[in-house]
Amino acid sequence: MDLLSLQPAEMQALLLTLKVAGAALLVALPLAVLVAYGLARYRFPGHGLVNALVHMPLVLPPVVTGYVLLVAFGRKGPIGSFLESTLGLSFAFNWTGAALAAGVMSFPLIVRPVRLSFEAVDTKLEDAANSLGAHRLVSFVTITLPLALPGILGGAILGFAKAMGEFGATITFVSNIPGETRTLALALYTATQTPSGDIAAFRLTLIAVFVAFAALIASEVLARRLRRRLGGDHA
Amino acid sequence: MLDVDITGRIGHLDLEARFSSDGGVTSLFGQSGAGKTTLTNMIAGLITPLSGRIAVNGTVLFDHAKGIDLPVRDRRIGHVFQDARLFPHMSVRTNLTYARWAGRRKSTRDFGEVVDLLGLDDLLDRKPPTLSGGEKQRVAIGRALLSDPRLLIMDEPLANLDQARRNDILPYLDRLCGEAGIPILYVSHSIEEVARLSTTLVILSGGRTPAYGPVADMLARTDLGRATGRHEAGALLEGKVARLDRQWGLTHVDIGGSFLQIPDLEAEIGTPVRLRIRARDVSLAVTPPEGLSIRNAFGAHIVSITEESGPYAEILCEVGGQTIRARITRASVHDLNLAVGKPVTVLIKSVAIDKRQRTPVPPVPA
Repeated sequence: MDLLSLQPAEMQALLLTLKVAGAALLVALPLAVLVAYGLARYRFPGHGLVNALVHMPLVLPPVVTGYVLLVAFGRKGPIGSFLESTLGLSFAFNWTGAALAAGVMSFPLIVRPVRLSFEAVDTKLEDAANSLGAHRLVSFVTITLPLALPGILGGAILGFAKAMGEFGATITFVSNIPGETRTLALALYTATQTPSGDIAAFRLTLIAVFVAFAALIASEVLARRLRRRLGGDHA
Repeated sequence: MLDVDITGRIGHLDLEARFSSDGGVTSLFGQSGAGKTTLTNMIAGLITPLSGRIAVNGTVLFDHAKGIDLPVRDRRIGHVFQDARLFPHMSVRTNLTYARWAGRRKSTRDFGEVVDLLGLDDLLDRKPPTLSGGEKQRVAIGRALLSDPRLLIMDEPLANLDQARRNDILPYLDRLCGEAGIPILYVSHSIEEVARLSTTLVILSGGRTPAYGPVADMLARTDLGRATGRHEAGALLEGKVARLDRQWGLTHVDIGGSFLQIPDLEAEIGTPVRLRIRARDVSLAVTPPEGLSIRNAFGAHIVSITEESGPYAEILCEVGGQTIRARITRASVHDLNLAVGKPVTVLIKSVAIDKRQRTPVPPVPA
């Protein structure tokens, strides 16, 4: 067995993991930015409820979240059957379901740092932008968003890491299907459940460590470049 | 040009402001906590008044009765904040052009002209966090000017600066007030800045506007003692530079037939100047004194005497159609038998009129 090249099953798990985590982040990040901005800047009836709802997956056992997703988004679930009949979008036992589970689980981890960074941006700067004729949406895009970018980047990295490692909700919701829902974490679990799967488990562990390490370095480089662009004292 | 008649409430302060001004530089003067920033924020649209009306140049920005309340972005008010509020992630140049590219404002003012006016040429490629306090304020003023404003609000632009930085930026403000061509609302708690820059003075005290009017008239009023501050109180004289005495380093200023000698020669003959004469620097004599070192002695007559409960009295005297304010002891009023209408000699030490009390005359609004 070649130690340095990946076996087809490993490659499949790795690519699937990246695909699932990437898709989860793609959908969850913009949504999380909106929710974080709303929570940071507006006081509305139900503010506390929205906040609690967002943080629910963080405190619930992942299996519970997975089960709720299965009930709601499964083929017979109210939302799942509706989406399948209207958009032809099915979450049950395929990779989109894994992405949904990963997105839901990582959502609170993205919202938190993004909200903090929005709260750190002085609203007085937005007032100044509005006094110069900028519409609220324009001042958000040109002032608030760029100044909150370090926090958004932090949230994205945290969310991506969480999505890559998601296990409990995924296996409950979409099971452990090779090539469809078997991500690195699930593959590793499978290996540990297989007699003489030690070597396979070890190799998967190495892959996970390598991916995590690469992601961390990339984010560090990005953050440094961002800090420089934002003008030194505004990290 | 600027008409304000509003009531509002912020925290524990009830605000009730009413004034109007014909343009030029209108100063909003009052102590800290008088409600100056609240009032300007209401004019700018950042705070909504409870009732009333605000109009600039005939355009109604707010009218409670008619349900008009223009949003901030549509008011076209150039707001220079006390803390500058530059966008830290953009270069000075991008800050200056923000109104054009983000606010869709078409500035009638030339970019290069504003850069020249405020001396911003060397700063254009720098980022705000690397600028000094005075430089930040100049950029903030430029950014507001380039937003095609119908009114420029300057909320204590010098308050966070030390005296040296203030002296750096004041000449720019002199030029700006002269050349801006738009009405300016200048907020300050410094009588020195107000006397120097403004044409109209609005006094704000405890959330109310007890008085407003031409700045010289307002500074000559003795009934506003508490609001204008006692120690720094003084009247404004306007005149023209008549002669430069190079031998002794004195400038002679014609204040309507009488000549006032002041130190410093940085003036051209014929230029109008505005002098703020502090009441505490003025003495009175009932007979023209002799053998004095004081070079400025004018015949005048007393217009009013205001005695306070303390040891002081405020005397207003008329000299060649202008008013000089003197602060002397009540004991002197009694000993000299001063009374309204009585002729006196007004004595002013030349040395007391330093550079900071002498400024170009702000232009009369068109």
